Amino acid sequence: MPDRPIAPSRPAEPFLTLADIRKTYPGVVALSRFSMTVAPGEVIGLVGENGAGKSTLMKVLGGIVAPDSGTITIDGVPHEALDVAESIGAGIAFVHQELNLFDNLDVAANVFIGREPRKAGWLNLVDTDKMRAMVAPLLERIGANFRPDTPLSSLSLAQRQMVEIAKALSMKARLVILDEPTSSLPIAETEKLLDIIAGLRADGISVIFISHRLHEIERAADRVVALRDGALAGTLAREEITHDAMVKLMIGRDLKAQVRASSVRAGKVILRARGVQTNAHPGKPVDLDMHRGEILGLAGLVGAGRTELACTFFGVDPMLAGVLEFDGTPLALGSAADAVARGIFLVPEDRKSTGLLLDMSIAENVSLPDLRSYSRRMIVSRQRETAAAARQQAELDIRAARLSVAAKTLSGGNQQKVVLAKWLSMKPRVMIFDEPTRGIDVGAKAEIYRLMRRLADAGVAVLMISSDMEEVIGVSDRIAVMHEGAITGVLAPEEFSEENILLLAVGRNLTARAIA
Amino acid sequence: MNKKDLGLLLLILAVGAVVAVLNPRFLLPINISNTSNLVGLFGLSALGQAFVIITGGIELSVGSMMALIGVLFVDFVATEGLPWPVAVVLMLALGVLIGLAHGYLITKVKLQPFVVTLCGLLIYRGIARFYTHDATAGFGFNQNFPVLQGITTGKLWGIPASVIALAIVGTIMWIVLHRSTFGRYLYAVGKNEEAARYSGIKTDRVIVWAYVICQILNTISALYFAMYTRSIAPASHGNFYELYAIAAAVLGGFSLLGGEGSLVGVILGVVLLQELQNLVNLLGIPSSLNFAVMGGVILIGVTLDQQWGRFREKRNGARAARDATVGRPAAESAQ
Repeated sequence: MPDRPIAPSRPAEPFLTLADIRKTYPGVVALSRFSMTVAPGEVIGLVGENGAGKSTLMKVLGGIVAPDSGTITIDGVPHEALDVAESIGAGIAFVHQELNLFDNLDVAANVFIGREPRKAGWLNLVDTDKMRAMVAPLLERIGANFRPDTPLSSLSLAQRQMVEIAKALSMKARLVILDEPTSSLPIAETEKLLDIIAGLRADGISVIFISHRLHEIERAADRVVALRDGALAGTLAREEITHDAMVKLMIGRDLKAQVRASSVRAGKVILRARGVQTNAHPGKPVDLDMHRGEILGLAGLVGAGRTELACTFFGVDPMLAGVLEFDGTPLALGSAADAVARGIFLVPEDRKSTGLLLDMSIAENVSLPDLRSYSRRMIVSRQRETAAAARQQAELDIRAARLSVAAKTLSGGNQQKVVLAKWLSMKPRVMIFDEPTRGIDVGAKAEIYRLMRRLADAGVAVLMISSDMEEVIGVSDRIAVMHEGAITGVLAPEEFSEENILLLAVGRNLTARAIA
Repeated sequence: MNKKDLGLLLLILAVGAVVAVLNPRFLLPINISNTSNLVGLFGLSALGQAFVIITGGIELSVGSMMALIGVLFVDFVATEGLPWPVAVVLMLALGVLIGLAHGYLITKVKLQPFVVTLCGLLIYRGIARFYTHDATAGFGFNQNFPVLQGITTGKLWGIPASVIALAIVGTIMWIVLHRSTFGRYLYAVGKNEEAARYSGIKTDRVIVWAYVICQILNTISALYFAMYTRSIAPASHGNFYELYAIAAAVLGGFSLLGGEGSLVGVILGVVLLQELQNLVNLLGIPSSLNFAVMGGVILIGVTLDQQWGRFREKRNGARAARDATVGRPAAESAQ
């Protein structure tokens, strides 16, 4: 990486100004009183924890979501909200983590998809030569090592990102928003991308660079804007940008460690993982012990591989390598049915697609994993089924008119309780909760925490995946933190702090100061 | 009986009333007996198709299997002199084998049901034609099998044997689909295979069984058809029968997306289709329009299914549709 060029002198007028943007979803304030400016040729690093409001902000800029209040000023023209066409017309372009490209076309066709230059004549054929001639200088400008007629399918992920950037340039983009562009890139290709960002900046194109990799922001950004809980947590000028300063803004000023004593001494190990590798992160072996009577928090950033690990423990995802031991004996899981038979249960992250059968009734959902025990000679006894569901309904306080109503009619919290009910009506030994309180109101959250504690007190090993810092620190007895498929550390209660978790989550070591 | 089934029953009665007024021969015992015999024959096959459609799959090879089983059975019994009960067991075993093969290709090799069973449609038809060198396989005039004929083409108190068979098989399959653990798993897999898998259901096994059941019921249907026609022209026997079964299921409220439908519905669907065929005959509509009527009915059925699915999607995901705009920030849950 060459030294950063001297920042070009900028006109006083910002390209884009956001003022007092507010956006709420039912029960959630996604953005409140958020303001920022983007000057031409400025590289802004946008940081914030999962759920801080970055996605909503991007949707506002992309014209997908209209803010409830506030103004968006572009080139001095104020807007209450943008629509998609206005956003594109203003020169705002996105490069996503998941790229919107066509594998079956070549580079030039991807850049000009939907805007192909045409030949004269009544057939109006696509002018492939002209298209390629137009793309060639764009590729040269960003230093691409492939040609306009290279098939996209032969390009690496980093090269595909360059195609997206070329596409943005072809649309005369004035602001390119890179959403986690480096999260899946190897180091050499990341360097290349940082060079391209510097090139855009030199051409007077603004860049918003969203990343969890703080050292890249440290190197690339002219200014850092930090979001926390939907509000502006602060900005850092070029000379103030340091790793620690960003972390401090992301998690707030109170860095005092919340020490909490483990309520119960953890019992013996019930599930032991040694060298477990998942599909998502092959080559990153994971060692983890889950004890009876313990709530083990599993923290990390989105994409760190936590869900994939849980799915491997539950038998729905294959284990590429490694050994699982259950109660001291080797455990081979061919399917979720094998895990269920041993009392290893998963409350998945996505209630609607994997947790519940939304069209089926509450009673049918509760009885499904254990249907045989409600049956005699293969015939289901609806009476026994309903009785069991009624017991769980009373136990968990599931608010529903009848047990025969479809699960989709319930609120998020009550749906989650139905997912819990189906496992609690059996004999759990290991319970894995993946983001158990996402999209659930505060009251139901507290009930779910109490229930997890009750399970642990009854000798169940509980693994809780959560991106909510407060939740991880407040509920766990130990916290394991993952970064890019590997476990970077396991924290004891006296080490619990948002800062420590975040440091491990971005792949850094704990500093002596942080352990305190 | 749910609302959909009730609506279908009313439609059947209404169409019947109109036809009876226009041509009173509709109500003659001989016409009702013949039509109900056809309901029995087609119904047995449609029941099997219903089990596959519940899983979100489709079984296109059943018409060709009818021809293959027909020529094999007639040849074994009429030409080779094999005792008919042995031939029946062999045919059922063949059905199970084909069902297992289809289920394996769909669940383990991960081929699409349409592709697997379309290839089956072509292959089994070809084998049936090759087996007889395209000749018609038939029973001789003097060949009689009183017991076999009694239970396939006979009558009990004036009721065709095929209708009795459909009643017995239908009752058993109704219990399997609507009362047993397996039936519950079928619906669960059809509605949301992922969620079923996450509930510890062996979804692959459930799907394989659906194809096996489909082929068993189709084999029974094929044997009844063979005894009914007594001669099998392998190039034409059973042509389009898979579509009759699919049409009946769709009319009966089944969603081709899986997870929806009842056995009462599919039988009512068969009744309606046979009533329409009968209508074509009785009202003097050229019989060449037969398929056009059938096609029109399938089209309407699929259209309604599609509209219903789209309506539900709209209701569930206005936001998802908005976020799916190409090139803009990807759909994520509200933060």
